[in-house]
Amino acid sequence: MRNYVLKRLGLAVVTLLVILLALFLMLELMPGSPFNDEKITQAQRAVLDAKYGLDQPVFNRFVHYIKAMLSGDFGVSYVIQKNMPISAMLEARLPVSIQIGFQAVLLGTAIGLLLGIVAALKHNSFADSLTTFISVIGVSFPSYVFALALSYFLGWKLKWFPLLYSSAAPFVSTVLPTIALSMFTIATVARFTRSEMIEVLSSEYIRLSESKGVGSARLIIVHALRNALIPIITVLAPLVVALMIGSLVIEQIFAIPGIGSLLVTAIQINDYNVIIAVSFLYSIMFIAIMLAVDILYGVIDPRIRLAKGEKHG
Amino acid sequence: MSETVLSIRNLSISFQTASGMVNAIRGVDLELRKGETVAIVGESGSGKSVTVKAIMRILSSNGQINAGSILFHYEEKGKRVTQDLLKLSQKEMRSQINGRRIAMVFQDPMTSLNPTMTIGNQIMESMIIHLKKSRAEAHERALELLHLVGICDPEKRMKCYPHQLSGGMRQRVVIAIMLACDPEVLICDEPTTALDVTIQAKILELIKTIQAKTGISVIYITHDLGVVAKVADYVTVMYAGKMIERGTVEEIFYDPRHPYTWGLLSSMPDMGSPNEKLYTIPGSPPNLLHPITGDAFAPRNVHALNIDFKLEPPMFKVTDTHYAATWLLHENAPKIEMSETLKARMDHVAKEAESEWGEKQSYELLI
Amino acid sequence: MGNPVQSFTGGDFELAGNSERAQMDHTYTSQSYGRDAFLRFKANKGAVFGLVIIIIISFFAAFGPMMNEHTYKSINIKHKSLPPRIEGLENFFIFNGVANGVNAYEQKGLTDVYYIFGTDTLGRDLWTRTWEGTRISLYIAVIAVAVDMIIGMCYGLVSGYFGRSVDNVMQRFIEILSGIPNLVIVTLLIVVLKPGFVTVTLALMITGWIGMSRVARAQILKLKEQEFVLASRTLGAGHFRIIFKDILPNIFGQIIIMSMFSVPSAIFTEAFLAFIGLGIPQPMASLGSLISESFKSMTIYPYMIVAPVFVLALLMLSFNLLADGLRDALDPKMKES
Repeated sequence: MRNYVLKRLGLAVVTLLVILLALFLMLELMPGSPFNDEKITQAQRAVLDAKYGLDQPVFNRFVHYIKAMLSGDFGVSYVIQKNMPISAMLEARLPVSIQIGFQAVLLGTAIGLLLGIVAALKHNSFADSLTTFISVIGVSFPSYVFALALSYFLGWKLKWFPLLYSSAAPFVSTVLPTIALSMFTIATVARFTRSEMIEVLSSEYIRLSESKGVGSARLIIVHALRNALIPIITVLAPLVVALMIGSLVIEQIFAIPGIGSLLVTAIQINDYNVIIAVSFLYSIMFIAIMLAVDILYGVIDPRIRLAKGEKHG
Repeated sequence: MSETVLSIRNLSISFQTASGMVNAIRGVDLELRKGETVAIVGESGSGKSVTVKAIMRILSSNGQINAGSILFHYEEKGKRVTQDLLKLSQKEMRSQINGRRIAMVFQDPMTSLNPTMTIGNQIMESMIIHLKKSRAEAHERALELLHLVGICDPEKRMKCYPHQLSGGMRQRVVIAIMLACDPEVLICDEPTTALDVTIQAKILELIKTIQAKTGISVIYITHDLGVVAKVADYVTVMYAGKMIERGTVEEIFYDPRHPYTWGLLSSMPDMGSPNEKLYTIPGSPPNLLHPITGDAFAPRNVHALNIDFKLEPPMFKVTDTHYAATWLLHENAPKIEMSETLKARMDHVAKEAESEWGEKQSYELLI
Repeated sequence: MGNPVQSFTGGDFELAGNSERAQMDHTYTSQSYGRDAFLRFKANKGAVFGLVIIIIISFFAAFGPMMNEHTYKSINIKHKSLPPRIEGLENFFIFNGVANGVNAYEQKGLTDVYYIFGTDTLGRDLWTRTWEGTRISLYIAVIAVAVDMIIGMCYGLVSGYFGRSVDNVMQRFIEILSGIPNLVIVTLLIVVLKPGFVTVTLALMITGWIGMSRVARAQILKLKEQEFVLASRTLGAGHFRIIFKDILPNIFGQIIIMSMFSVPSAIFTEAFLAFIGLGIPQPMASLGSLISESFKSMTIYPYMIVAPVFVLALLMLSFNLLADGLRDALDPKMKES
């Protein structure tokens, strides 16, 4: 298990370095340098270069860059809010994005698991058809279609929920975005849980547990679900990606001041430092989640946990 | 003759499949007495497994029981109780019978253990559920059981996961799980088919030893007649979802009456007669999707009578313990004996199986 | 036992003469794999529905824009914001040209003008624009399959076939690449190349093939140790021949299934990018950008959004159903139930 975790950790670090290198190269190659102002004299320019370490060799600059990025120093924004430190912008915006992302994951996995389990247990029943229907709909409509439908009917026509985000009502105003964002998760989780549960429930060891006289509640929770969950973990990566992309759109529609809408604005008006900072943040979050998923995989599946451990005693 | 533990009467089961209703079981009767072993023999698809799954009530959800009863006689608080297992709810079945009084060993030990639960927990589970034992008591008993099934260093094995054990070890663990609550009936569904030949003999031996120690009744499913000869007291031959012959192991091996049983016995590989080509029964079993008229075996039967294609034969009595469902036993039927070569071969096979058993026992003793 | 009252006819107890008869096996009919798969596919109503819808949508994408005199960028301010109206269906409730209780056609005196899907706020024909946008989605679908087939499949086959250090290096590369969220890759591409056709295509090329390469690798790992490969190798077949002639035909089912599954997610990605204004630039249209545009005036002209949403959802649904159906037909073992 320790080797497994170390290997995963090493891979995560390398991935992070590759991303940093890509961002760094992009910055180096970008034509619009902040010091390309014609009014700056040669001498002033040298001072600025020295101050920001631009006179150093590339490798040193890269090391310096890594240090700065990892310590949360992303520089300042040039366009969105002139000279505003980006870390301060992110600090204000990140919690909202995380709140909505977290709510969507929670809602999505809870409903998805429930639907999937019920559908598998009542195979070929109404609940099963409903789950199949929801999962097909959920993967066939982009989340912004749900967002538009929800905001049009529940927000605009029925006025049950506010149309736009408001920091005064951080829960009520995130209900619609959360539902819209969670649809894809619900659909994917439900679909996978259903097929995995059906397979596990028809396996020999479930027959054996039944033959032992294990009651149905225990059979499902202790014996079936744990085994069914192992393959479900593998779909988490695409889900996280879908959530990230979805958040860009959802934050746009509901005017949520999160990092997704910040990224979109930054791309539209070419605020490079902000683009890089948000991309880096997304990468870190993605890598961290994937690492957590890999380790969770090892914990839940003894075949992975013990694969290397045996030799070491 | 000892008392009856389990009796199946006129059991009929069908499965709803994509291509229609399959009548997997078309009237099965079975009698199991205390301390005895009944073997159910037949080709794949003859309904052996379905019959015992019906006893355990673990048929897949598309299966339905059309008729019949499975009477289970057992003692509860000193009183003898008779219960039709088909009348119990699934919940009652799981809490009172499964694992507690009737247990079952599955065919493939590689897939019949939960991969994410330790061996120890899997053995202890049924004791905690049925006998309300504490974890410490259950742990103690699990160690005994592992010892009983011949696993060394049980303390260490308790913490293992199934993938860390070999196939033979896993099957021993399955047997230990099933013996945990001292059941009255043990069902073995081809317990050695998926194992190496050397392990097979040991598992068979193990079941025999346990039976001698605990007086448990065993239903043994197999298509391997060599195994039957080694373990069974009574043999039931099934074909296309019906019982076609039953009797003591001697009667079936030395005096079979049904042409299918003849075929089955003569298609056993036999080392004693090297010149002969191995006999196979022509054709293949009928598709149970379609209704069957007459004797299901008739199209493959070289001795088929005209009536075999029209009317289903009843069970004809041969002796008190020996019955066979073939019109050849009717008084009007021509007297047909199995061919002399087959007879000779079968005698040989039977002797071979017996002596092999003896050899194996002495071999075990040597170890 | 038995039926005691039995009447037998004379010939009942005579041998039926089976001993002379050849034992033919009539019970099961055997079928070729292809025919079997075709029958399974045909029996799957959802999959057939999906295929039919894809064919219909492709037809309209190809010929729809030519069916009237409008082009995707022809602006007619006099005809702006007209709701759907179809000649001959004026009394049919959605195609009567009435929205928000007002018949915009009568109001503007356009009695003989018909727009099937209506017009947008600049007076461009939504019928033409919707099918132009569908072309983009279908183009993306083709790119996704091509990337899967060319890059993903070959990468996986080579990695799995050669094994050892080749495999090791190639797999580490994939693990690192898949550790980078594709949102970040797309963002960087957009910054460097500006939004457009090429950017979206490149984004798909960089990340789209990873799933396929994993499937191809897993399959080849399973097959390369089998006897028929060994036999071919003993007969002197080269690596290229073994991979593409011996192994590939055996795993083609899985490859097709996987590539069908990557189509919906590629269309999805484009639709998202277009929605946030990072896809195809104006005045060209993709389904995502059409939805995005009409979203801005959704509360006033809700009908504008209906056609692109409907076509996009139908397309996604059909590709999903088709992929499911193909999986069930080509590889019954992978079947969900």
